[in-house]
Amino acid sequence: MDGLFTKSSLSLAVAAGVLSFTLQAANTEHRVPTNIPQPEEGQFVHVPPTMDDLEKSNLHPELKRVIRRGHDLFVNTQQLRGKNVFNGMNCSSCHLGEGRQPFSAPVWPAAVVLPNYRTKNDHVNSLEERIVGCFSFSMNGKPPEYGSDNMLALAAYHQWLAKGVPMYQSGKSMYGRGFPKLPEPEKGMSFERGKQIYEANCSICHAADGSGLVQNGEVVFPPLWGDTSYNWGAGISRNFTLSSFIKHNMPLGQPNSLTGQESWDVASYINSHERPQDPRYTGNVKETREKYLDTFHKYTNYGLEVNGKLLGDHDNLGGEKDFLKPDALRPRTFSAE
Amino acid sequence: MGMKSQVITAFTILTFSLTAAHAVEGDPVAGKQAVAVCQSCHQPDGSGMNIPGGESWPKLAGLNASYLYKQLLDIKEGTRKSPTMNPFVDMLNEQQLKDVAVYYSQLPPNEGKGGEKATDEQLARGEKLATDGDWNRYIVPCSSCHGSDNQGAGDHFPGIAGQHAGYIADQLRAWKSGKRDNDPQHLMLAIAERLDDEDIVAVSAWLSRQPAKPAK
Repeated sequence: MDGLFTKSSLSLAVAAGVLSFTLQAANTEHRVPTNIPQPEEGQFVHVPPTMDDLEKSNLHPELKRVIRRGHDLFVNTQQLRGKNVFNGMNCSSCHLGEGRQPFSAPVWPAAVVLPNYRTKNDHVNSLEERIVGCFSFSMNGKPPEYGSDNMLALAAYHQWLAKGVPMYQSGKSMYGRGFPKLPEPEKGMSFERGKQIYEANCSICHAADGSGLVQNGEVVFPPLWGDTSYNWGAGISRNFTLSSFIKHNMPLGQPNSLTGQESWDVASYINSHERPQDPRYTGNVKETREKYLDTFHKYTNYGLEVNGKLLGDHDNLGGEKDFLKPDALRPRTFSAE
Repeated sequence: MGMKSQVITAFTILTFSLTAAHAVEGDPVAGKQAVAVCQSCHQPDGSGMNIPGGESWPKLAGLNASYLYKQLLDIKEGTRKSPTMNPFVDMLNEQQLKDVAVYYSQLPPNEGKGGEKATDEQLARGEKLATDGDWNRYIVPCSSCHGSDNQGAGDHFPGIAGQHAGYIADQLRAWKSGKRDNDPQHLMLAIAERLDDEDIVAVSAWLSRQPAKPAK
């Protein structure tokens, strides 16, 4: 599939997309430029449709209703707090701009690369199963049932955002996909430098103690560590993922304002704090780290000693859920029968 | 877990008291005396005034006390330029500025003015910017910092729902031109300079028509 969508096959819609991103970056006279990377030659550029586009489309009214529900769940996932979500996160806390924003892990690629094999759980995953992963780890939660209304709605919203994108094109060729890995930090990662950067750039919203801001029972700024944040199995607990999220998206409205080095330092600082247990916990943190080392934990600080404390060495599930691992999170041995 | 929850409780209390210690310590009774110099513009009920074509006076009633105090201090120290306000802040010492901030923060807000003549189209555009933003231009929604109802979040992000349209528009233009430059980390500047004048008129009008945070 690689190389199928080269520059010569860029559709008109794609070309229009390039134009819109170019315009975005062209405002260089601004004191706070966005500096969003431009598409590279041969990359597939997709500008996901908006909710306004949905209203104008000729999709069946019932499908529109389902997609609207998916969007609503995506930007206000807290409405599932205590049922499916056991922390202070929304989908849109990490997937900014309603899941449409390049370099903010826009969610449309999931709809066109899945089902696919994932190293994280060593089997072929469907789109719904991928969403199950987000709920289990990033939301420290219990995913909506497979095939349920909410699951249908979320999957439909993903698919709507991927409108017009060909299935199974090369993942590497998609402009702005995921949180692209930054070059390795020249000076390594430093807790002390990270702390200073955090206090100067992040704590105004996320608080010095990482708890974010909850006001009148409503999460305004998401918690970055502690009981109400993502757990030790979340993708963003990996330093390379968090550093890229920060570099490309934070502080809010000021993407690419921190250097790569600063982004690594502050990511490692944030991920050097305690958070709810990895749902894959075996009962022993060192053993769990070892078991998922190659596919996951070699990128996290879980099971490592930081400032004299072994991270993840606890039974804390965050205080809101009464199970370690949701039932929906299960291995698959594919049988062709 | 019993031990742990005790530790958490102790930690919560500690965090809470530290937070409370950061809040402005002002005396609303003393503030009521000191506001005599403020009232001709900001009105006895703190509702300010929307002045089409002129410099609107912001509504202060119900705004966060720490935010108000910081603005007063910034004006006194010159990091927020306001020739109109200068003579008045100079009449008050720092404690009086705190008292005034606390006094106004406790007044119940009236409704914002200046959005009455906005068209449906302008209101729709304003609502979209305030609640969804326009990410293709990297304009994040107002609500992502000012709270889901735009009634303010914490000590740094003031309530803008129910503020006068004229004042909101003046401030956004002031950020764009560089006249106002006292926002922490230039978080507001970044967004203001991506707005065009139609955006500013629309979002100011829509916000002015939203309910402000009711006084406690």
